[in-house]
Amino acid sequence: MAFEYAPAPESRAVVDIAPSYGLFIDGEFREASDGKVFKTVSPSTEEVLSEVAQASAEDVDAAVKAARKAFEKWSALPGSERAKYLFRIARIIQERSRELAVLETLDNGKPIKETRDADLPLVAAHFFYYAGWADKLGHAGFGPDPKPLGVAGQVIPWNFPLLMLAWKIAPALAAGNTVVLKPAETTPLSALFFADICRQAGLPKGVVNILTGDGTTGAALVGHDGIDKVAFTGSTAVGKQIARTLAGTDKRLTLELGGKGANIVFDDAPIDQAVEGIVNGIFFNQGQVCCAGSRLLVQESIQDELLDALKRRMSTLRVGDPLDKNTDVGAINSAEQLARITALADSGEAEGAERWAPACELPGAGYWFAPTLFTNVTQAHRIAREEIFGPVLSVLSFRTPAEAVAKANNSQYGLSAGIWTEKGSRMLAVADKLRAGVVWANTFNKFDPTSPFGGFKESGFGREGGRHGLEAYLDV
Amino acid sequence: MSDRLSVFKTYKLFVGGKFPRSESGRVYEVTDSKGKWLANAPLSSRKDARDAVVAARKAFGGWSGATAYNRGQILYRVAEMLEGRREQFVAEVAEAEGLSKSKAAAQVDAAIDRWVWYAGWTDKITQVVGGTNPVAGPFFNVSSPAPTGVVAVVAPQESSLLGLVSVIAPVIAGGNTVLVVASEKAPLPALSLGEVLATSDVPGGVVNILSGKAAEIFPSLAAHQDVNAIDLAGADAELAKALEVAAADNLKRVVRPQAVDWAADPGTGRLTAFLETKTVWHPTGSLGAGGSSY
Repeated sequence: MAFEYAPAPESRAVVDIAPSYGLFIDGEFREASDGKVFKTVSPSTEEVLSEVAQASAEDVDAAVKAARKAFEKWSALPGSERAKYLFRIARIIQERSRELAVLETLDNGKPIKETRDADLPLVAAHFFYYAGWADKLGHAGFGPDPKPLGVAGQVIPWNFPLLMLAWKIAPALAAGNTVVLKPAETTPLSALFFADICRQAGLPKGVVNILTGDGTTGAALVGHDGIDKVAFTGSTAVGKQIARTLAGTDKRLTLELGGKGANIVFDDAPIDQAVEGIVNGIFFNQGQVCCAGSRLLVQESIQDELLDALKRRMSTLRVGDPLDKNTDVGAINSAEQLARITALADSGEAEGAERWAPACELPGAGYWFAPTLFTNVTQAHRIAREEIFGPVLSVLSFRTPAEAVAKANNSQYGLSAGIWTEKGSRMLAVADKLRAGVVWANTFNKFDPTSPFGGFKESGFGREGGRHGLEAYLDV
Repeated sequence: MSDRLSVFKTYKLFVGGKFPRSESGRVYEVTDSKGKWLANAPLSSRKDARDAVVAARKAFGGWSGATAYNRGQILYRVAEMLEGRREQFVAEVAEAEGLSKSKAAAQVDAAIDRWVWYAGWTDKITQVVGGTNPVAGPFFNVSSPAPTGVVAVVAPQESSLLGLVSVIAPVIAGGNTVLVVASEKAPLPALSLGEVLATSDVPGGVVNILSGKAAEIFPSLAAHQDVNAIDLAGADAELAKALEVAAADNLKRVVRPQAVDWAADPGTGRLTAFLETKTVWHPTGSLGAGGSSY
């Protein structure tokens, strides 16, 4: 039976969004050089939240110059002083975490229980973790006195706006670099609030510069001659374009791109736990996760039992107002993304896979897609090969562990994978053979600042998190 | 004693553990620094390069799955075999690079020692760059290096043996398989190294050696969808840029050309450049607060 829930919305009063925001360059907010602006909307209601500046090539140049100027002093600071700035930032994020969680939910559309319990705690933890590295770089295994690279140009996606900012800025600053960061076009607000946190923390001007804008701003940033390093998280197509842009230069590059993670369930797996892991793997953040477990590989002997349990569980997912504390699945981030998900799901049907979604009422305004699964999927189907970046699960089956590994690895991507089995030796053997940067065994979608994250193959290169994450920002 | 007519060696490629000629039937003249003819070397084609990729991919599963100790012993065996042929390589390197015998000997000795250096790394790099991660939750979490896959290398142009060994040994030490395009003007030491590798228990296909023009062969390797990484050590700036652009198509890992003193301590950079970090999580469960306090 289904329980009725009374609405339990988180209060919006905790966050005060200004009607417009400028670019954060050299410690000050300023308008775009050509005065251009664009609107950011709440994906769950299509309400305009604010108007932000569209940075021009001239603004990119100003930001890079500010970062260059700040680099000299920032890199010369004792590591222990840089550490204290980062610890301050971590603490202020903790203090303001509810405000930032609500803001993120408004701008991104993801459920408040995720921004509150996952995004924000991880953001603060990431700054706290890398703060501690700033005065210990000589002990990190990169030589006795590793040097920063200089100015880092960083471009981040809309799926975890503030968390991706933390993954980029925390290690860069700890290592002594200065940064120019461009948040995604559809989710600029939390990065602008972060600029205010930098001011509260007393961070020297120019160390962090935030440029809002679209793809042209990003292209101007990664192509700028004055930067020493590019860090990008986003689509594989754009990542390849950036790699071409940087060919023949001395600029360093790290890329964290797409994925088509296989979640492998063996016949001895604890079914209820596996179902929770599958749901978390593909419906967390509406499936808009590069490491999502978007391909379910289930051992043939338990396929019917598992799918029955999975469908039952999917029927209990609450889709709706992201600010409601009981919401499991929120809004898709943009109309554009919704169109992409819709087109790929339609291709699944057109190619002969069988579509299923629980009965669920979707709100009238905003961008919504019901949790969906496809059976009768073959490895040649687009929904088994292409990253959908939405709440759509493709189910394939296998008979032997070797077949599971072969199917899991049959992808241009290699970011994540899941293994569900009670047998330790099988888990370790399969984990060893999987060509993926992160393997979750009997769990899924776990993140931690100490744990390196990043892909094999076309999922990109370089690692974020842990000691490994420092390498991306040191001249080694 | 009358002058005996010597037996010339037919220099051949080393692909998949065998010694084929170029499928194209082409050769080119290799001369010493004064222009004296030394031999005809195979002028490899793009098809030879593709065959080498197939051989390298076929060998990857076995080589990457071999124990680190086993790989270390095999790399050490290469040093042993090279030491046994030291005089031959001294003569070849002297002719190839226009060096005195003593200077050529120093190159060969350093090349032998480089195999020993990397032989020792195979079972140590995992602990140096990997480890457990203290995540904030009830999980066992461990990061380990894993080989990237098939690596294609443009060998250094000037250092025909030491430079070559310095770029291929770290690739295979990490569990990758490699195909290398030898120095264009001085390929003979590289082709002879194939004979050493063939008698060192290196499984066929783990190292594949081509001679010819990198500018002709390498663009198709840089664009090859079954090559995971490229090392452009011996490419000039213009070629390197074009190759890096082509490599972006499947996001190969790229080591750009840079000035390297091949005689210096090589460090671990070329080893880690072709290693991926894999992180595995597993719940730990809990025995509760009543565990041992002693």
